[in-house]
Amino acid sequence: MSDIVTETRTRSAIPDRLGTPVSRLLGSWEVLLFGVAIAIFIANSFASPYFLNAWNLSDATFNFTEKAMIAFAMAMLIIVGEIDLSVAAIIALASTAMGAAAQMGIGTPGLVAIGLAVGLVCGAINGTLVSVLKLPSIVVTIGTMSLFRGISYITLGDKAYGKYPADFAYFGQGYVVWVFSFEFVLFIALAVIFGIILHATNFGRQVYVIGNNEFAARFSGIPVERVKFKLFLLTGLMSGIAAVCLTSRLGSTRPSIAQGWELEVVTMVVLGGVSILGGAGTIAGVVIAAFVMGLVTFGLGLLNVPGIVMSIFVGLLLIITIALPIVVRRIKFMSTK
Amino acid sequence: MKKLLKHRELLLVGIIAIMVAGFATRAPGFATPGNLANIFNDTSILIILALGQMTVILTKSIDLSVAANLAFTGMAVAMMDATYPGMPLALLVILAVGIGAVLGAINGTLVWWLRIPPIVVTLGTLTIYRGMAFVLSGGAWVNSHQMTPGFLNFPRLPVLGMPLLSWMAIGIVLLMWVVLTRTQFGRATYASGGNPTAAVYAGIDTGRTKFLAFTLSGALAGLAGYLWVSRYAVAYVDVAAGFELDTVAACVIGGISIAGGIGSVAGAVLGALFLGVIKNALPVIGISPFAQMAISGIVIVLAVVFNARAERRAGRIILRDRGAKEVSA
Repeated sequence: MSDIVTETRTRSAIPDRLGTPVSRLLGSWEVLLFGVAIAIFIANSFASPYFLNAWNLSDATFNFTEKAMIAFAMAMLIIVGEIDLSVAAIIALASTAMGAAAQMGIGTPGLVAIGLAVGLVCGAINGTLVSVLKLPSIVVTIGTMSLFRGISYITLGDKAYGKYPADFAYFGQGYVVWVFSFEFVLFIALAVIFGIILHATNFGRQVYVIGNNEFAARFSGIPVERVKFKLFLLTGLMSGIAAVCLTSRLGSTRPSIAQGWELEVVTMVVLGGVSILGGAGTIAGVVIAAFVMGLVTFGLGLLNVPGIVMSIFVGLLLIITIALPIVVRRIKFMSTK
Repeated sequence: MKKLLKHRELLLVGIIAIMVAGFATRAPGFATPGNLANIFNDTSILIILALGQMTVILTKSIDLSVAANLAFTGMAVAMMDATYPGMPLALLVILAVGIGAVLGAINGTLVWWLRIPPIVVTLGTLTIYRGMAFVLSGGAWVNSHQMTPGFLNFPRLPVLGMPLLSWMAIGIVLLMWVVLTRTQFGRATYASGGNPTAAVYAGIDTGRTKFLAFTLSGALAGLAGYLWVSRYAVAYVDVAAGFELDTVAACVIGGISIAGGIGSVAGAVLGALFLGVIKNALPVIGISPFAQMAISGIVIVLAVVFNARAERRAGRIILRDRGAKEVSA
């Protein structure tokens, strides 16, 4: 990643005075995004009479929970200055492995273990290539992306795996209490865990330090390579978890499963206020961004907008959310000059 | 450095020759001139796209929207040909190049003016352009009977024993060689990728160079859009899905450094031919075409590993700038 980005962060952007805590909070990206989420929510409830219904809203969460799980790990990876474009391909490979195991009659605990293990192995491969062999993550993961999905294609060709055990359906279709699905509860739990890891542990601080100045981080005694390796491992694991949920929800596996998700995950992370240049961002932002994207796609779905047209909105959302702060900063810079 | 590059391209020629010879032992007809010409013709579109991609990569950027650009332009010209059969072919080809260039210029503008990282810009425009192809066509296909014969036959016209498509690829290769090695813009692409700071001090506008590189890549993608649609005689939204990865793969295999500033036209062409030979050989030697994706994945990873080693051994740091480059490389 760092090889592609040539622009250096401007030092002049650091203000002398930070302002009051309240004004800082109100001016933050997360609060802005939260406002957008509420606006979309209200717009949706006006646009469709079916929107405001507990079960309907619960259904809407399935649109983003799996992607958001990966987005948490991806956020840390982008903060550290790397990227993983192979996440969707890892889902495909893990799902294929689970499908093959299910055909052999392996039970639900075994299937989950296989899904997570495949995710970890794929993450370890990416991590080794990036942190041990010191290759640029963007090309490496473009390569492993076609490698992982390619293996699914070799295994499955134009066929599909079905016949999963009945109790395997719980992960994608089960409800913990009332309208709160297992996936949604898992999403909230993971959000809390990742929030703690990134914002309240030494490891989290190290992630920010490396993202801001890898050179200084190395001189401060931070094991840069090891941190990066762990993050790739974590991203692989989260992709494995997402694969379990998605496979369980769909009840079948095709090699084209989760095609194009890497883009949506990256969009979610960037929309959540994580700097694509690394070094800045919060888990709270990613959580809100997940809701925003889920609400947008679900609302468009209720309005009968086809999936591929929705992807135009996702693409525009990605570019506009990145361009907007840059344009605003430039206007501010011009007006102070 | 030059010696290494020469060596590298010779190596690739050697590998491709060995591959062809190896496949010929399994399938006797494989190494005949006729079949090799066929493979070249099959690879022509990839060669054209890889050369555009290479120009972008040289400036330390990446263009992931080429395949979506191809799909949109292909769809646009196919629909125009179907709706207005009287339109002259030359105008359609110019339109294809023009639309492609505009789409490329949009990428370039976002990279140049807003300084958004190219990977993010083109990931976004990738979905937008393909989505636009859907909006344009409403999801419908343009089939061969809707297109005019002139539109369809153009790439197939035999000239001196080879289809025009192959000749066009050869023409573009020569053109790109001239552009990259004999023009100011060409030298600027190498400079702004190899050492952006030095390039700026030398008076090169690196942003503008990137913009031009993206526009060029878009124009070539537009041309490839017309060629693709007329060659396969069908236009639909998912045309060439995932083909952007093949173009990156061709560049990486051909020794174009993803960090920018290093690479040659011959390398990109050989990288594309390498993939073309594999693609054509798999069915011949009885391997499922589904394996192709995994093979190009492995090849990309191996090529990146190999490139990184070659670049490190070459020792590009002449004066140690406090070791920063070496540590973070």
